[in-house]
Amino acid sequence: MEPLSVVTGVGVPLRRSNVDTDQIIPAVFLKRVKKTGFEDALFYAWRRDPNFVLNRPEYSGARILVAGPDFGIGSSREHAVWALRDYGFRVVISPRFADIFYGNTAKNGVLAAIMPQESVELLWKLLEEDPGTEMTVDLGARTVTCADVTLPFQVDDYVRWRLMNGYDDIDLTLQHEDDIRAYERMRAERFPFKPRTLPAQHMPEEPVTSAREGQIDWPGPLADRGII
Amino acid sequence: MGRTMAEKVWADHLVRKGQGGEPDLIYIDLQLMHEVTSPQAFEGLRLAGRKIRHLDQVIATEDHNTPTIDIDRPIADKVSALQISTLERNCREFGVRLHPLGDADQGIVHAFAPVLGLTQPGMTIVCGDSHTSTHGAFGALAFGIGTSEVEHVLATQTLSLKPFKTMAITVRGQLKPGVGAKDVILAVIAKIGTGGGQGHVLEYRGDAIRRMSMDARMTICNMSIEAGARAGMIAPDETTFAYLEGRPHAPKGAMWDQALEYWRTLPTDPDAVFDKEVILDADQLTPYVTWGTNPGQGLPIAADVPVPDKIADPAKRQAAQEAIDYMGLKPGMPIRDIAVDTVFIGSCTNGRIEDLRAAAAIMKGHHKAKNLHRVLVVPASSRVRIQAEKEGLDRIFEDFGAEWRNAGCSMCLGMNPDQLVPGERSISTSNRNFQGRQGKGGRTHLASPEVAAATAIRGTICSPADL
Ligand code: SF4
Repeated sequence: MEPLSVVTGVGVPLRRSNVDTDQIIPAVFLKRVKKTGFEDALFYAWRRDPNFVLNRPEYSGARILVAGPDFGIGSSREHAVWALRDYGFRVVISPRFADIFYGNTAKNGVLAAIMPQESVELLWKLLEEDPGTEMTVDLGARTVTCADVTLPFQVDDYVRWRLMNGYDDIDLTLQHEDDIRAYERMRAERFPFKPRTLPAQHMPEEPVTSAREGQIDWPGPLADRGII
Repeated sequence: MGRTMAEKVWADHLVRKGQGGEPDLIYIDLQLMHEVTSPQAFEGLRLAGRKIRHLDQVIATEDHNTPTIDIDRPIADKVSALQISTLERNCREFGVRLHPLGDADQGIVHAFAPVLGLTQPGMTIVCGDSHTSTHGAFGALAFGIGTSEVEHVLATQTLSLKPFKTMAITVRGQLKPGVGAKDVILAVIAKIGTGGGQGHVLEYRGDAIRRMSMDARMTICNMSIEAGARAGMIAPDETTFAYLEGRPHAPKGAMWDQALEYWRTLPTDPDAVFDKEVILDADQLTPYVTWGTNPGQGLPIAADVPVPDKIADPAKRQAAQEAIDYMGLKPGMPIRDIAVDTVFIGSCTNGRIEDLRAAAAIMKGHHKAKNLHRVLVVPASSRVRIQAEKEGLDRIFEDFGAEWRNAGCSMCLGMNPDQLVPGERSISTSNRNFQGRQGKGGRTHLASPEVAAATAIRGTICSPADL
């Protein structure tokens, strides 16, 4: 993953609290088979409204989202972070994030920066007064700079370290590669009987016939016929 | 102090003990895959330029989206067709063994692996599907994971996890005739609630469990999830070993002896302590049926639908009222008066050969009730279908007026065309009766294959003893 230390870009004021994952990305998009390309799905319903903040030309190319408290509540879909990331957001600022969403941000190289409500209000004001203002988020210094104000944000040390290094979960585990190898040597010795899927072993090959549907004449669910 | 079986399996898979509140790193012996939760995992590997660490510890099949008729024709639904073709492409590209639709080993992901002998005692098994708990019937630690964890296991063959808590569920004594595994697990869920097992591995024990076949044990472990648990387990014993011996991927010769020696060390030590214990008396149990919209809303078949006004707890009262409204029932009506439209026999809970034999034994010589729309019989795997046809069960079903289908998840969740229409009522041998689970507006009553078969004869919910 691309390491994140300083992000400079257009900030978007999203004056809403309790933004749930269904608003971030509706469930219908979960049927897709891709892990990227979700930018069109972000805030899908709201973006039908021409006045929605992201639809305003001044905020195009935005990289930092400033939202109200309890961002990312609701169903645990990781797609919510993918949609933000694919749209171009590398930082989301909010006074409070839902746990699962928060966990998913760092996994996907997105910073969830926690700032007090007053700071968020101030940022909203600055971004609305001068739409298209660029902000700078400095992860090393844990500060956000917008116009001429610089404000601190909270991020835990572990999340900061992994974002600055661009580590995904797999990178983190592979730092213990030696332990995994040692386990595998022990396993081969102590458990040589554990099954392998390859080479494939089979029961005798047999043809599978296709079922066909019979004709049904059905007057509809019992409920509709007044019978329970 | 002694250790529980879950603790032993955990210890034998510990790659690295987590320090200072960190999770442990656990080795995964086998990953099962299907078309719904795998595409993003493969894509993640591709984007990061990673490979699968052990191709011989992963296997895939197609089940959730597959049609159960006309399997030799193109799949009409675009989303289903895309998920399936994506799996096929990914498996080809990465070299993963796949049993696609039409293959004799294809089937529901939790049904095809045990048949191949890939599910063995003492293993860690994962799959991007919550009912992975099914494999715990062999004394394996098996649990469902999310898509990003699927990718993690493909790349590293490990998972970061905090140890689960343990709960013993002892079913004492002997079940009465006509009462089976499905009734036991529905009674367990009704007793401990849909959140009762949260964070725990449930270990089922006691005489009634020891007497059960592997198919029955899989039914029990399968629905551990509906009790909120991470996994379910049953200690391996002679029944387990007899099931495994001679299966394609079971150890052979000296390896078999070595495996057997290890497997015999797995059961929980007599002095081990569980975090929680629950006891059920088998002889008190009767066939169970759900009346509501979660698996914990179940009752003995002879009971009446609850009357919300008589429920003291306001939250439970409201939940009951909502469930009754959705299900279109009358408070206080006998469960046996509920007429159904559709009977579904299948799923990873009850679509195995013994389930089909039990249903066929009851249906034989009868015809489905006049008020029924359809009786769908969907084997859990193609091998089950082949076996059932060898035994002539397919003809019994067809003579009965049932539809004999190809293997897959089918109406368990209605990702394929096998769905209920709004208001349609089913009795189903599957595991979830949530609102709309089997199709938008559909109403589901969960029950055993025996109860489903008897209901198909009479048209109203009943057990074989009521016929
Ligand atoms: S049969 Fe139902 S519960 Fe089992 S894997 Fe398929 S959809 Fe899930």
